[in-house]
Amino acid sequence: MCPLCGWDVLVSYLICGTLHSVDQYLNIKLTDISVTDPEKYPHMLSVKNCFIRGSVVRYVQLPADEVDTQLLQDAARKEALQQKQ
Amino acid sequence: SLFITPNKNAQLTIVIASNIQSFCCLFELTEKHLVLLRDGRTLIGFLRSIDQFANLVLQQTVERIHVGKRYGDIPRGIFIVRGENVVLLGEIDLEKESDTSLQQVCIEDILEEQRLQQQSRQEAEKTKHLALKERGLVMPRSDIMDEYGVQHQY
Repeated sequence: MCPLCGWDVLVSYLICGTLHSVDQYLNIKLTDISVTDPEKYPHMLSVKNCFIRGSVVRYVQLPADEVDTQLLQDAARKEALQQKQ
Repeated sequence: SLFITPNKNAQLTIVIASNIQSFCCLFELTEKHLVLLRDGRTLIGFLRSIDQFANLVLQQTVERIHVGKRYGDIPRGIFIVRGENVVLLGEIDLEKESDTSLQQVCIEDILEEQRLQQQSRQEAEKTKHLALKERGLVMPRSDIMDEYGVQHQY
């Protein structure tokens, strides 16, 4: 599984959850959902796990200090070279 | 699960992906589900089928309208939802559902409340749009929810 699984996720400042899995379409599965403002958005109160379609995700923000940018750059470079071959 | 990372054998991964009918566990097909659609609607029903595009078939579906702390349900029967309209699909925990402080009202009442809510939203949107226009900014409007709960109305 992806190394980000198990991380805490905040969706649109609305839904908090734990990242369960991600697939090739970047669909996201979250477990243990909680709503940040239940007064404003009561829809999701009875939902524990959810699936978010990848196409509706505009961007994913990762905390900068959790990402080893050097390692990421090297890995991306290596993969680009591999794909060329 | 089909979490396939791009690799040298790109051809092989495509074959694997197309053989997989559904990416859910079996237990998901017997629980009540909540679906959020791109147009802002909330559907609740028994999920009978799902595919790789997130096309859904829901049985005994109900469209739930939330206004403040009240909600109303409109029975809709069987729904086939095209995957591109799906924002979120959640499994309803029956215990949590009985816990909520929300009050159910009849359909006519909730539709009236929704109408009033949308009216006030439109008025606020109009004044905002006018204020921005005076400052030279014109925001493009779309039929898709950019921000959950904020729907742009023509």
